[in-house]
Amino acid sequence: MITQFIKSREALLVLAIGLLLALISTRFSGFITPTNLANVFQDTSILIMLALGQMVVILTRCIDLSVASNLALCGMVVGLINMAVPGLPIPFLLLVAVLLGAFLGAINGILVWKIDIPPIVVTLGTLTIYRGTIFLISGGEWINAHEMSASFKAFPRYELLGQPVLSWIAVVSIIIFYLLVVRTPLGRAFYAVGGNPHAAVYTGIDVGFTRFLAFVFSGAIAGVCGYLWVARYAVAYVDVAGGFELEVVAACVIGGISIAGGIGTVGGAVLGAIFLGIIKNALPVVDISPFWQLAISGSAIIIAVAVNARSERKKGRIILKKAENVA
Amino acid sequence: MSNDIITRIIPDRLTTRSHRALRSWETLLIIIAISVFFINSFSSPYFLNPWNLSDATFNFTEKAMIAFAMAMLIVAGEIDLSVASIVALASTAMGYAMEAGFGTPALILTGLGTGLACGAFNGILVTRYGLPSIVVTIGTMSLFRGLSYIVLGDQAYTGYPSDFAFFGQGYVWWVISFELVLFLVLAIIYAVILHKTNFGRAVSAIGNNPVAAQFSGIRVGRVKFILFLLTGLMSGVAAVCLTSRLGSTRPSIAFGWELEIVTMVVLGGVSILGGSGTIIGVVLAALIMGMVTFGFGLLNVPGIVMSIFIGLLLIAVIALPRLWDMAKTAKKKRS
Repeated sequence: MITQFIKSREALLVLAIGLLLALISTRFSGFITPTNLANVFQDTSILIMLALGQMVVILTRCIDLSVASNLALCGMVVGLINMAVPGLPIPFLLLVAVLLGAFLGAINGILVWKIDIPPIVVTLGTLTIYRGTIFLISGGEWINAHEMSASFKAFPRYELLGQPVLSWIAVVSIIIFYLLVVRTPLGRAFYAVGGNPHAAVYTGIDVGFTRFLAFVFSGAIAGVCGYLWVARYAVAYVDVAGGFELEVVAACVIGGISIAGGIGTVGGAVLGAIFLGIIKNALPVVDISPFWQLAISGSAIIIAVAVNARSERKKGRIILKKAENVA
Repeated sequence: MSNDIITRIIPDRLTTRSHRALRSWETLLIIIAISVFFINSFSSPYFLNPWNLSDATFNFTEKAMIAFAMAMLIVAGEIDLSVASIVALASTAMGYAMEAGFGTPALILTGLGTGLACGAFNGILVTRYGLPSIVVTIGTMSLFRGLSYIVLGDQAYTGYPSDFAFFGQGYVWWVISFELVLFLVLAIIYAVILHKTNFGRAVSAIGNNPVAAQFSGIRVGRVKFILFLLTGLMSGVAAVCLTSRLGSTRPSIAFGWELEIVTMVVLGGVSILGGSGTIIGVVLAALIMGMVTFGFGLLNVPGIVMSIFIGLLLIAVIALPRLWDMAKTAKKKRS
C-alpha cells in the first residue's frame, strides 16, 4: 500500500507542494509556520470545496463552467435576504444557499440528462444567464459590509478549536466527498459513467441520471461557497468570483483528474487546489508582483496536463494506435 | 412498344434539395435574424440609420474573424479557449514594439506574428504531445494573459501612430468600414476553404472520426496543427483591429471573448462534438448577436441583461429542435 502511494499522483503533488514550500521558505521563512499555513488553508477553502464539486462532474465526463456564476448568484440572494430580514438565523441562510445552488445545478443537470445537450454548451449558457440574473435581482447595486448583519459576517470567521468555521466547513466537505466517492454505489457510478458510459449502461447504471446528480452536488457546494464568499469578503456585487470557474477546473487538472472522465481522487482535487492557493498566497511575501500569478498558474496547468497524459497512457493496453499519435 | 426501356429513378436522398434547405439550421438563423431586425427597427427610431448600423458592426466583426477559424477547429473536434488571451498578448507585443519606435507595418507584423506563435504553441502541445485541447488552452489562456500582465501590470500602452488607426476606425467607402470589408472577405475565404477544398473535407472527416481519417490517408496531426495556427493568426488579426480601434492596450483587453466566440460558433450550428457546421451559419450567428447587442443598447438595456438573452438563445436554439424531435418520436410511438 505504501509503494502504491509513492507511485501515485498524490505523492507527486505532495512532493511538488513540499518543494514549493521549501523554495518559499528560503526567501521568507515565516511562510511555513503552522499559523500561516492554516491561514493559507482558510484562504483556499472555497477553491477546495468548488474543486470537489467540479471533480465529481468531471469524473462523469462532463464539465461545469457555471460554478462561479452559481456561487455569485447564491451569494447575492443570501445577501439580499439578510439585508431584508437581518434577524434570520445563519443555518437557515445556509440552507437557502444549498438549496438554491442545488436547484441551479439541477437545471444544468436536467438539460444534460433529458435533452442531451453537451455539458460545455449548457454550462456556457447558464454561466451568462446566472451572472445576468444577479444583475436583474440586485439592479446592479452592491451590498456593502454595513448593510449586512454582524452575525452574517462573523459566521465564517467564528473560531472553533482554534480554527475558523470556514476551514472546518472545507474539512467536513472533504470528508463528505471522500465518503461519497469511495464508499457509496453512487461514487462508483461516477467513475463508471466517466470511464465507459456504454459499459455503465450494461451494468445497470442510468448514465444521464448519474450526471444529473453530479451537477446537483456541484451546484449545492457552489451555493454554500456563495454564502461563505459573500460573508467572508463582506461584499456582494455582480462580478463576484468572475472567471473563478477556470481556476476551479485548473485545480482539478493539476490534481490529476482526467478531463476525459473516470480518473481522479478527492485527495488529488484537494492538493491541486492547495497548490494553487500556496502560489497565490506566497507571491506577495516573496516579493514577486501578483501580476505573475496568472502566468504561473497557467504554466502549472500545462505541466500538470502533460504529466497527467503520461501517467494515463501507461494504464490499459492500446490495441489500436491512436490516430493523432501516428502522425 | 415492347422495346421501351423501363426507367426507374432512384433518388439519392429521400428529401428534395429545397426541402432540406428549408429545414436547415441556416434557415432558422435567417428567420431569427430578420425578426431581430424588424423588432429592432420598430422598437427604436435610431436603428435604421446607416451610420448607426455601421457602428453596430463593430460589435461583432473582430469576434467573428476569430469565430471563423474557431468554427473550423471545432468542426475538427478540437477547441481553443485561449483566443482572447492571444488577442491580449498580441496587443501587448504591438504596444511593446510601438514603444520601441517601430512604424505601422512592423506593428501589424508583430501582432500577426505573436498570434501565429501562440497558435503554434497550442498546436504543438495538442498534436505533438497528444494533450486534450480544452485543458491545454485553459492553461495557455492563463499563460498568455498572464504574460501581458507581467509586461504591463496596471499600466497601459497608448499613443499608437495615427496611420495605425485606419484598421479599426477607417472607412473604405461611405459607411462601409475597413473591418466590415475584412470580415466579409474573410468569411468568403473561410467558406471556400471549409466547403470547397480538400483541406476542408479533411477537417470535417477528422471531426467525424479521427481514426478513420488517419486510415484514409489524412495527416490528422498536421491538419489540426494548421487549424491551431489559423486560429492564432486570426486572433492576431483581431488584435490589430481591436488595438487600432481602441487606440490603447491594457492586459484586460478582450476579456471573456473566448466564451462569446464559442457561443457564436455553436449558435451558428457548428456541432460542439465536431464533424459538422457551416461558415454561413457563423456569419448569421455573428449578425444576430451583433444586432441583439446593438438593439438592446439603443433601448438602454444594460449589456449584462443582453448576455442573459444570448445565453438563453444558445440553449434554446439547441434544445428546441431536440425537444421537437423528441415530441415527434413520442407521438409516433403512441400511434
